[in-house]
Amino acid sequence: VLHATRPLHTTQQCLAPLPPLPEKGGEVRYGLIPEEFFQFLYPKTGVTGPYMLGTGLLLYFLSKEIYVVNHETVAAACILSVIIYGVKKFGSDVAAFADKLNEEKVAKALEVKNEAIKDLETAIEQEKKEQWRVEGRSYLFDAKRNNIAMLLETNYRERLLMVYNEVKKRLDYQVAMQNLKRQKEQDHMIQWVEKNVIQSITPQQQKESIAKCILDLKALSKSAQAAV
Amino acid sequence: GPLSERRLMDVRLGELPAWLATCDFSPQGLLGGVQKAWSSYYDKYINVKRGGPAGISMLLAGYCLLSYGWNYQHISKISFWVSVL
Repeated sequence: VLHATRPLHTTQQCLAPLPPLPEKGGEVRYGLIPEEFFQFLYPKTGVTGPYMLGTGLLLYFLSKEIYVVNHETVAAACILSVIIYGVKKFGSDVAAFADKLNEEKVAKALEVKNEAIKDLETAIEQEKKEQWRVEGRSYLFDAKRNNIAMLLETNYRERLLMVYNEVKKRLDYQVAMQNLKRQKEQDHMIQWVEKNVIQSITPQQQKESIAKCILDLKALSKSAQAAV
Repeated sequence: GPLSERRLMDVRLGELPAWLATCDFSPQGLLGGVQKAWSSYYDKYINVKRGGPAGISMLLAGYCLLSYGWNYQHISKISFWVSVL
């Protein structure tokens, strides 16, 4: 049996939570005959009408043997009496037990619903926190911009330093080159001058200078002997 | 309201043939009618928070009557005293 006994979402505006089950079922008298039957006969026959009808029908069936009295009647009477005794005695206990089971089911479902509601509420709070954090975005980006500016600055300065070093190296090279050249020229000139001077010393001049040196040495030796 | 949309209890006795004429007697219609009857009975007497013995007892009584009616031919042949003796 399909349990969609209540029409869901048939009207335009549907009430989202289902309407709860009715508390009690339709009224039934003696467990067999609905109240509607008694109400149906009440205007015409009053209160005793249905009972009269019942008695008359029963006697009619019995007398005309439409209802046959045989061993099954006795069996039915015994069974019915046992059933009625059982229901009267244990009915309320069974009802309480069933109610307890139902309660547990409903409590579990409510549990789930409350859990879900709580989770959603925490999610909402976290969402609000995130929204608050979004406001701090500007600070974050300022800090990042500062970082990047600093990186750029350091990079720029490094490169500046490198350029300076390179230029200095090249200039030093030029300076060293000039120094070297001058030194070489000087040395070469000195050598050339010495060579020319030595060449210009003729043998005769050599003899004269040697004689002069010997005279000077003798003079010196004399003065030295005098000093000692 | 119009005749075809009223339930059986709201139809007056004189209009009964007309009401029967508007009924849908195809298999789907009959099945739908049975479904509606069962669902209305179920909602009224069984699908409640605190039902009593009324829900199933009426079904069992109906079943008893139906089976008695089916077996009437067989039951009416033997009388009580013959079966006892």
